[in-house]
Parts: sequence; C-alpha cells; structure tokens
Amino acid sequence: MQRYSALSLLRGGLNGQKSWQRAWRDPAPKSHYDVIIIGGGGHGLATAYYLAKVHGIRNVAVLERGWIGGGNTGRNTTIVRSNYRQPALHNLFEFSLKLWEGMSDDLNYNVMFSQRGAMFLGHSDSDMIRLAERGDAMRAAGIDAEFMTMDQLRKKLPLLDLSDKARYPIVGALNQPRGGTARHDAVAWGYARAADALGVDVIQNCEVLGIDRVGGKVTGVQTTRGPIGADRVGICVAGNSGQVAAMADLRLPIESHLLQAFVSEPVKPMVDMVIMSQSIHAYVSQSDKGEIVMGGDPDLYPTYSQRGRPDRIEGVAGQCIALFPALSRLRMLRSWAGTTDMSFDGSPIIGTTPVEGLYLNGGWCYGGFKATPASGWTYAYTLAKGEPHALNAPFSLDRFETGATIDETGAGPMPHHR
Amino acid sequence: MSGPMRLADGGLIDRSRAVSFVFDGQTYQGYAGDSLASALLANGVVLFGRSFKYHRPRGVMAAGIEEPSALVQAGSGGRYEPNSRATDVFIYDGLQSQSQNRWPSLSFDLGGLNSLISPFIPAGFYYKTFFGGPKLWLLYEHLIRQMAGLGMPPTKADADIYEHRAAFCDVLVVGSGPAGLAAALSASAAGSRVILAEQDERLGGSLLTDPATIDGQASDQWIAKAREALIAAGGRILTRTTAAGYYDHDLVNLVQRLTEPGQTPGADGLAQRLWRVRAGKVILATGAFERPRLFEGNDLPGVMLSGAVRTYLRRYGVRAGSRAVITTDNDDAYRTALALAEAGASIAAILDSRPADGVHSALVQKAMAQLPVHFGAKLIAAKGSAKGLKGASALIDGKVTALDCDLIAVSGGFSPVVHLHMQAGGTLAWDELSGSFSPDQTRQNQTTVGAAAGANGLSATLLSGWSKASTKAKAKAAPTCASDDDVALNIIADWEPAPQASLKKAFVDYQNDVTAADLDLAWREGYRSVEHLKRYTTLGMATDQGKTSNLVGLARLAKSEGRPVPSVGLTTFRPPYTPVTLGVLAAEATGAHLDPRRRPVLYQTHAAEQPIWQPVGYWHRPRAYPMGTENLHQAAHRESLTVRTKVGVTDVSTLGKFDVSGPDAATFLQLICATTVGKLAVGRGRYTIMLREDGMVMDDGTVWRTEENRFLLTSSTGGADRMAAHLSYVRKVIAPQLKVAVANVQEHWAAVAVAGPLAKDVVAALLPQMAVPRHMSLDVGELAGVPTLTLAASYSGERAFEIYAPSDQIAPVWAAIAKAAREIGGCLYGLEALEILRIEKGHIVVGGEIDGRASPHDLGLSKMLRPAGGYIGHTALQRPAFAQPGRLQMVGFEAVDGSAIPEGSMVLTAPKTLPVGHVTAAGLNVIKGGSIALGFLRDGFSRTGESLIAWSPTRNQTAKVKVTTPVFYDVAGVQYRD
Amino acid sequence: MLLIACPNCGPRAQAEFTFERPLASIVTPTETLPDLIHKLFTRENPRGPSWELWRHTYGCAGWLKVHRDTHNHQISAALPVDMETPS
Repeated sequence: MQRYSALSLLRGGLNGQKSWQRAWRDPAPKSHYDVIIIGGGGHGLATAYYLAKVHGIRNVAVLERGWIGGGNTGRNTTIVRSNYRQPALHNLFEFSLKLWEGMSDDLNYNVMFSQRGAMFLGHSDSDMIRLAERGDAMRAAGIDAEFMTMDQLRKKLPLLDLSDKARYPIVGALNQPRGGTARHDAVAWGYARAADALGVDVIQNCEVLGIDRVGGKVTGVQTTRGPIGADRVGICVAGNSGQVAAMADLRLPIESHLLQAFVSEPVKPMVDMVIMSQSIHAYVSQSDKGEIVMGGDPDLYPTYSQRGRPDRIEGVAGQCIALFPALSRLRMLRSWAGTTDMSFDGSPIIGTTPVEGLYLNGGWCYGGFKATPASGWTYAYTLAKGEPHALNAPFSLDRFETGATIDETGAGPMPHHR
Repeated sequence: MSGPMRLADGGLIDRSRAVSFVFDGQTYQGYAGDSLASALLANGVVLFGRSFKYHRPRGVMAAGIEEPSALVQAGSGGRYEPNSRATDVFIYDGLQSQSQNRWPSLSFDLGGLNSLISPFIPAGFYYKTFFGGPKLWLLYEHLIRQMAGLGMPPTKADADIYEHRAAFCDVLVVGSGPAGLAAALSASAAGSRVILAEQDERLGGSLLTDPATIDGQASDQWIAKAREALIAAGGRILTRTTAAGYYDHDLVNLVQRLTEPGQTPGADGLAQRLWRVRAGKVILATGAFERPRLFEGNDLPGVMLSGAVRTYLRRYGVRAGSRAVITTDNDDAYRTALALAEAGASIAAILDSRPADGVHSALVQKAMAQLPVHFGAKLIAAKGSAKGLKGASALIDGKVTALDCDLIAVSGGFSPVVHLHMQAGGTLAWDELSGSFSPDQTRQNQTTVGAAAGANGLSATLLSGWSKASTKAKAKAAPTCASDDDVALNIIADWEPAPQASLKKAFVDYQNDVTAADLDLAWREGYRSVEHLKRYTTLGMATDQGKTSNLVGLARLAKSEGRPVPSVGLTTFRPPYTPVTLGVLAAEATGAHLDPRRRPVLYQTHAAEQPIWQPVGYWHRPRAYPMGTENLHQAAHRESLTVRTKVGVTDVSTLGKFDVSGPDAATFLQLICATTVGKLAVGRGRYTIMLREDGMVMDDGTVWRTEENRFLLTSSTGGADRMAAHLSYVRKVIAPQLKVAVANVQEHWAAVAVAGPLAKDVVAALLPQMAVPRHMSLDVGELAGVPTLTLAASYSGERAFEIYAPSDQIAPVWAAIAKAAREIGGCLYGLEALEILRIEKGHIVVGGEIDGRASPHDLGLSKMLRPAGGYIGHTALQRPAFAQPGRLQMVGFEAVDGSAIPEGSMVLTAPKTLPVGHVTAAGLNVIKGGSIALGFLRDGFSRTGESLIAWSPTRNQTAKVKVTTPVFYDVAGVQYRD
Repeated sequence: MLLIACPNCGPRAQAEFTFERPLASIVTPTETLPDLIHKLFTRENPRGPSWELWRHTYGCAGWLKVHRDTHNHQISAALPVDMETPS
C-alpha cells in the first residue's frame, strides 16, 4: 500500500499529482472465497479488514451492489459516541470508540475523528436524574461522562438558548468529552483501501441475487457477475437486511424505516460540539466544512423509498432553532434520507443464523455509524470462529424468541415507537 | 446615473426610483428592480467574493439562483443572513451587504495564500495527512475550521416571523417563462384552478432577457395580459416564490419570500411563507441553466455566462464589459455577441467550438457579417486578477492567439432544470448532441414543459407549455412568436478543453474550488463512481449544489471512464431546489411554541398559591407549595409529613381516565388488565397493571365497577395518550366483536385527592349525604352543589379519597376541600410530596420503575397476575428469559451511613466492581427520617439485608445501603383502612 | 408526504395518520407462543406492496387497512378496519 503522509503530499505537489495509485483495486470476482461479505458499507469493509488483519483470513470478498459506502455509511449525521445506559450497548460502543481513536493511524487514512465532545442536554430535574443514571452507568464501566454546569455551557456554546423562556428550558448537560464526529465517507474508503492492501477483493457493482445452500449449509452466492462460492457468507446490508435474508428463507425481526437529516449552508464556527437533547429529539453539530448538521425523529413508517416527508424536516428545524435561536436565518442546503434497519428492541443483531455458514449483521436502527469499527471487529471474530465474541453475544438473532432483549429506551417491540 | 457601466437607457429597472445601498462599507446607488449583482456591476464592481478553499478572487458568473460565486452577507442583528447570492437579492433602500470568507478585506485576503500552496493540497489531500491521533487532529481541525465556512454565523434570534399555509389546486405551474405562462393560460382556459409560482419578482422568465413578439404583441404586454387573464379566472400568482421540494403524492412546497435578505418586513412582520400545495397536476416550466466551459482561469472576475451577460444588458441596462470574447458551442451566445455590439461593446472574438462546415443559422450568418467569428476555436486561458480581466489566449485555426478583452461570455450549452422532476421520482433521457438530460418517465402526476423539457426555440417552448398543460388544449390555439424571435440553440456539446489549457486552473465547481485536474486525480485514485467523485472532491456540494457545474464534471468523468455520460450515472436530486431558510421550515413551531403546553383545569387556582411548577410530559403541574422561605425540599417534606400525620389535598385531574361500558365491558378489560377484573363487585375498585404485547409492564392504574356493565379505568398521567391508543387498538382491531364502548374521559373528569389520617373527617363533613366509602370502594354524592364521584383509593399509603367532578365544575369542589383540610391543620401538596410518599410506600411509577424493561415478575407483581391468562402480554411472558436467574428485580434500599442515596446511581457490591443494580428513585422516611430508595438489583428478591454501595461518580456521591423489601411504610397495610 | 384516503374523512395528509403495523403482525391474546413470536417479532418487510394497519389519529381516530407499496408509495386501497382484506 502506498503510504499517505505529509511527505507524500509534498512529493505529489512536486510531481503534479502523477504518482498516486488507486486507493483500492477493481478485481474480478474469483470463483471461491473463504468468506464473502454481502454489503460494501463501512461495516462490511471493516469486517473484511479485521478478518484479514486480526484473523489472517485474506481470501475474502466484499460484494457491493452499487458503490462502497453508498448506503447508510454515507447517509448519517456522523456522530460517534458510546454514551449508552445499558451495559451490553455501552460496552460495544465503547470498544468501538477506542477503535475510532486509533483508526486514522491504523488505516493510514484520515477519517477526521474529531473528539469535540457529545452531550445530552437535560431540561428538567427528571431529565437530569436519567442523565445521571446514564453517566453513572458509563463511569462504572470506565467510560468518560461528566456533567457540564450552566456556566460551562454558556462559555462553550454561547448561542444555545439557556433562558427560562424556552419551551424546554435547559438545566444542565451530560457530556462525553471523547465523543464527536468523523468523516463518514472516509471510513468506507479507509477500510476499503486497508482491506484491499491485505488481499481482500472489494467488488463494486456486484449485486447478490441468491444465496446458495446445499443440505442446509451455505455454499456461495449468485450475483449479477455470476456465481461465487464461499465457505461462509456474512450479510451486512443494514436497510435491506430483510431482502437479503429472504434469499436464504429467513424472516428477520427487522422493519425498514427512513431517517432524514440535513445540513445548512456553511458558515464559520458556531456550534463547537455535538448536541443532543433528552426532551427535544433533535441533534446538532457542525461539520469541518462549516455546515450545521441536523437530524431528529424518523419518518415512523416502513419504506424503502429514501424519500422523506417534509413535515419531519420542518419539525426538526423548529427543534434546532429552539435550541439555537440564531439558526433561524441559516438555510437548509441539502437533505438526505437513509433506510434504517429497525430491530424490535432498538439494538443491533450481530451473530449466527439458523442457516449453517450464514451470518447476520444488521438491525442498527439509527445507531450504526458510530459502531462501524466494533461491528466489523466483532463480526469478523464471529465469522472467523463460528461463534460470537463476548461483546456481541448479547446481540443474538434469537433474543426476541427468548425474551432477552436489550432495550435502551424501554420503548418496546414496535419500531415506530422508538 | 447609477454607475459607469450603466447604459443610458433600456432595461426593466425603474430609473425614476434610485435606491441607495451599502456593500463592504461603501454606499452605492442603484435603481428599483436591480439585483444586488446588477447594481454593483453597474457601479463597476468586479470583485464580489472569495472562493471556499483557495480564496481565489471571484466576480459574478450568473444572473439567477444558480450563481456559485457572488455570495454576500446581508442585514444585521436579528435579520442578518450569510451566503446570499448577489444575483438573487433585489436591492432596497438601506440594504447593508458585505463580502465574506476573506480577511482582512476582500481585495487583500490573507486566505489567498492558500492559492500559493494549491499544488500541495489537491482534492482529498486531508485524507492523506494530519496523522498522529485524535488529539493532534483536534489541533489541526481547529485551524481548518477557522479557514472553512463561508459567511459569519448569525448570533441573534430571528427578528421576524414565518408562517405555513396549505393550498390546493387543479394545476400548479412552476415557472412563468414563456412555457409556464402558456401552460397556465392553457390550464386556466380549460377551467382548471391554477397556481403559478415564479421565483423571480417578475413574471416572464427568459422573456425578460430576450423580449419577443408573441401573438402579435410585445412580450411585456403579452405577460401583463396573461397575468390579468389568470387572475380573472380565479388563479393565484405567487412571485418571489420558489418550488423548493416535490414530495409524495404531488405535494409541492413553495417558499414565498416577502422580504429580501436583511429587509424589515411589512406590518404583519412576516419574512417568508411556506405554501404546502397539494396539486392535481404539476407543470414544471423551470427552464434551463447555461453551462460554463473548461479553460484556464475560467473563474476569474469578468468571466460570465453568456446568458447572464445578456440579462445584465437587457434587463438591467448594465454592460458588463467593453471588449468581449465569446466562447460557445451553440447559437444562443451569438445573441449575446450581437447585443453587446449593439450596446457599443467591441467583440474581440466569437470562439465557436463547432466545426465551420455546418449549416449556419440566420443568426450566426448575421454575426459572421459583422463580427470576428472563429469556428473550431477554443479559449485556452483567461488572464486577470481581482481587479478584472486582462485578456485571454485562444486556439484559433490551430494557433495560439492572444486576445484583448475585459469580459468573457461563456456558453457551454444548456442543461434543462430537471430537479423537481427528479425529486418527484422521474427518470431522464440523454441527448448526446446537445449533451443534456431531459425528463423521460414520470412517476407522479406531473409533466415538464419548455426549455426544461428540452424544447428548442421560443415557438416550440410556447407550444410545449400550451399543449401539455391540458388535454383539451388545441395546438392551433397555442401562442406563437415572430420568426425572428424563434432561435434554435443548435448545440454541439464539446466538453474538451483546449490542450494548451492547464487543468489545475480550469474550475468545474467554482465555489468549492474543484478543478478538472482534481476530477482526473480522483478518478486515477479509484474514486470512479459518480458519487465517490462527488464526495471525494466535493464537486456539486457547494451552496449552488452544482447547478451549472454538475454536467461538466460528469462529462469529465465519462471521458476518463471512456464511457458515454449517461452510463456513469447521476447523483440524486433531493429537496431543496434552492436553499431554504430554517425559520420558514419551522414557522411558529419553535421557541416557546415548540410543543403545546397542557395546563390542568385548576391551573389558575394553583397559580394563586404560587407553587413551584413541574413539567410532566406536556403538562405543567404544581410540584410543591412553599410557605415563607421554604425551598422545594423543605416544602415537600412538610407537605408529606402533613399527609402522614394530618391531611393533604392534591390535584390529580391529569390522570388517564376511561369509561368502559357495555355487556362485554368486563371481557374487554380482561384483555387490557393483567389482573382479575371480571369478579369485581359493583361499587368496588382494584389496583391493576397493563402489559405490552411483549409482556413488559406498560402502565398501572385502578379499575372501578360503577355499574354492572360500566367501569372506570384510570392510568398514569404520562401514559394516558398511549393508553387511549392502546384501548382503541384492542377495541377496534383485536376484539371488534365485543359489545363495548370506550370513552376517553381524561379531560371530562377533574379530581381532587384527599389523603391522611384526617381525610375521612374532611370527606364525611363535606359529603354528609353519602356513607364514606371503604378503601377501594366508591360512592356518588354532591359537594359544594356539584355532583361528585368519590373513590376511596390510596397512592400515599394513607386513608385517601379521590373526589371526581366534571372538569368545568371542579373549582368549588377543590376550594371546599382545601378549606376544610386547612381548617384542621392540613395543607396542599404537590408532585414532590407525592413522589416522597409513593417511594416510601413502594408504589411503582411510569418512567421510574415501569421503565419498559421490567416484567410484572421483576416488579414483584407475579401474585397479582390472572392465573388463567388471556390478557395482552401473557403469552410473551412465557419466554424463557423472564424466568432466568440474573434478572433485575425491584427492591428497596436504606442508607445505613446517614448519607442521601443518589437518585439514578449505580449499586455495587464493592468499590471498583461492575454494577449489580441501580437506584430508580430516592426519598426519605417521612416520619423517622433517613434516606430510602427504590431500585433494581440483580436477583434482588433473594438479597434482602445485603450491604451494598450506591455510587454516583458523575456527582461524586456515595451511600452505603442495605437491601430491603420495597415497602418502607405501613408494611401491613393498615393505615388506609378504617 | 402521503395522501391517504380515509374511508371516513376522505383524502388527508399523512401528518394526520399514524402507522401501526403490518396486518400480518396483529396478534391476539389467544395466539400460541411460537405464533406470537413469528407474527410480533418478525416481519416480511417487503419492498413492494404491503397490507398495513394505520390510524387516522388526528382525524376521525378510526383504524384503516392500507395497501401501500413501500418502495414507490403508491396506495391502492384504504379500507375500514372491519372490512375483509381482498386476497
């Protein structure tokens, strides 16, 4: 792999940028792989990378229907945090956060992981108790969490409405200083480049049409570029998990919904952190480019359309202005929508399936981006060993059948109540 | 006279109305009808702004909303707006505007140093450096963020207001150029209700640039008559109104601008309005964007789109230069050349990339007769600086030729504006010769007309609008134009720059400084999907969203790929078409009006007592009624002590209340309630829990049998709306066969709770006509002349009554009870005391112990469950995890070291171990003192007596606790009996 | 935003409605545990036509069966909840 560095840029500048190589190859599919990953999003590419790097399994293909990183990897609000209340969740996301902290150097690709702090605002005493519970649970697990005083908030975010005239007056905040944002596309590209360098075939424009089985065991896949054999096949297509699992006659605890987000026109720095709220379901941050990134509640009905409803955007705009009144005169520049895999307890599924040799990684709801490295790492472990790692063991497919669900918000089994 | 570049006459500006405005601290004069761009150009201003990355000097490229470069910040304070396109701001007296993204000034910008290191910072350079861990990146990033961004951010709340309005019509026409007007006239003539939306402040579209003769009259007359006809037929015409989004089922959002950036609105205070138009049919007459071309320095001030040059000339009476070079691949630019020449400019050259051997149109022949036209010729480079152009070099007849000019008019062909068509789910067809996509299939009830549909020439444009707008339209009746005005474009798209041009200074995306060399580099590095190319280079991601540049970029990619343009694909078109102010999206629903505020019917009565308020969902309820200097905790302790020792009165009107009646009422409630309901005697009540379908506890409440076939079901305040939906679902979907009616009577009944050892005395005195009901019994009576229902139920653990009265008659009931209670030493109590009392009694609450994760078993309620099952949630409760060891079970905690148990804290067996449980709610032993709490503990039912630690690291608090059963007061339950 | 023809009220904007669940996921308390798990905790989740239960929450509050394509959002039927679903 051609190393990237300040020096390499200098060299590039002197030679007219002529020496840059392809970031990843464009290989033709082989007839057989040890492991096939269906889905070239961040999660799938990370899985391939860790299979090769940690487990030495390099005869791996990532099959992507379109272009890598084109699903939810490229359609989120890029927030990275591990501030969950439930231990199974904060353990997984904290493991992920630690991988994020080393990712740019590990991949030799700057994913711009920016630890600007991610915080939840509290708007009442009961909000603050729930935040304390969340923070205490995190701290007990060795994860950073701290309350910010009103003075600290005023200093850090002078444009936040801290008045008591607000519909939900802000009374405090729980901050995770190590939380922040990353450059979403770069995560897919960085993993693809690093996996490719280890021998993984990243194959774009290759849609899986069928999953071959003999005697109940997976033998490979049918694709738009012909049949490809494999010992193990990992589904990693959040948003479309149900469609792909159906190729192996599996019916999943997943419903496909839609989540919208949007950015404003870029301005000089005005929001220095990632802001979420316990009572107002919106989140706000500012990208390095200067765009204010905003998101909120999902569209609340099953759809694959990637066409959002306007009233949802309008509601989120109102919520964000309520938090930062000065946002009112900024303009929405671009909106987008991602198809989310809604599981029935709000938590992901990473593990084995009833079909031998077939594995599932999905059900990420709205929280998949920040999990990218840990998702790949644990999924690679599961694919390599045939059984889950302790970190992803709780996130089994059969937990709805057994009742051992992991419900962070306690919202219950209906995806649209989350 | 408003500036050196202004022509002596002509244009659609109102020369009788001078307008004074400020740009970068200098005051200028323009005329009413001027855009900020035209007024500045008239004054000889060429430098408008700086680009995003290299801070290159930029002028104005376009004359409309597609402008990538000339961005300004306008207004101040609560009307300050960054990033406004100077081409899309109409000047008004007092307009304050500034250039942006420069320091210390527009002409001397230190950020321009970036231009010097540009060889080292190509597209995506930041992915290849700044390593060394997140801490180091944060330092780099801080500098990058200061450099990035465009305008300064606003810092004040909005001074103005916005509104939404809904509208319906048979036909919505977007765009009022010749095609749009013809379409609107056609639809209107066929009897349709029409809404016509035009983003400009004037109707006419291209006719404002190229006046024509239509139906034998001057186009401005034709436009005026069309307006009159549409209004006379009941149509609605909205100018300064942009169709921003086309959504499902023919919903189009129109944004109407009632003020220009920074302008003070009229008396109604409205800055903008969002129209949600649900249309029977949508006609898109959105025109076409002219494309720039690739040559070195194609971004310099003085390089403009050819059509824009003509617009400034004809519409605004501004000649943007005195010696012009035209570069084109089509006939339209010849109109610009001739117009410039007519206005006294000299034409250095018309560089036409098309071959000389074609058939020349009359227009081209006319130009050839008087101007230097060169076929097969290309521009190589524009030369100039922030001060303007200083000539150009061109490839003419195979030779590099120097040209003297101060203006370059560029036409790289036209791209139909297909944004709304694509937002609506349509598909596109590609035309190789003209190098353009135009609408193909549609998914919704919409059609595209005119230049947006690829119509070529005014005659075809008018016909297209007229005939596609209505099935009744007869082609013969379509408006027609004079043949001189019917100019075909004859585009022969040529994307290839002259070989001598340096691609490192040939810009594709002007605002984001993406060059052709950047695109080639990205392709070499493997970013070959159009989306990768866009995301890696930021092509088309600036505030203009690539309106002019996208196709130039696509063509460059297609060349690298060696494939035709349509096969490399398109990026997705999503709303908004042009950027939309967040304020108008939100309208009233923000700030204090973000969500409704619900006030209990006794709100004013409580307010007179000056309580501390508490938000509970949408509700605002009294939290405590402090006396004198009491703080919240002192007041709540006094109130709870008064309830335990005397009597207290509280407002419980917000509880969920449902009237369930009919022969199958009991059967219905057996579905809802996990406890036994059917055997309840008339006049009796019972505590109950309701489960979700997955077996978790959803809510708790009481159920009362008021008559043989009538029940009153209560639920928590916070869960009342969910319970109402649940009851409706079960009634209508799960058990439609049952003969039962469910009425939500939450707001019909208000209720006052009286609790304490003296509660019975209060009730007996006020309701003498009624026997005081036993615990969990009810009776009806009359209090203060109001018919009441009295339920003997206790939440506090004391003998207690809830006295129900119709909401509109509760005030005297409350007053009488409060007075009677106070006379015997009682007091009012609020939610905080209620919380203390319920914790002490071990009563669970939604949002506390009922957390959506707890089963009835976990809450110690197994014995209460109806053994026969048949209730919602019963089946799912049979799943094995509910019976496995390690469940979090509800227990009590008692502080043993005199500390207060922190609410929400983790419970550990020893320091530095992982939590085995947590505290959900903490309070105090009201009479004895001492901190107590409720919470969950792993296998907690069998751990009574164990010593543990309640630890809150975020608040630096610790308490040593002992595990108890979750009832701290009157375990035997004798207090609420007589 | 969808336009849904409420059988009681006529065509109304989606903002007035709430999605409840696919018809196939309606479970009754008499369901066996395996059936309940199948219906409640798994979904066909089709990319295409689907029968769904919606409620006109901010209108007549009635329930309706909607036949809707989850990909292109075309609605081919909206029936009162007590009407038989065409096979």
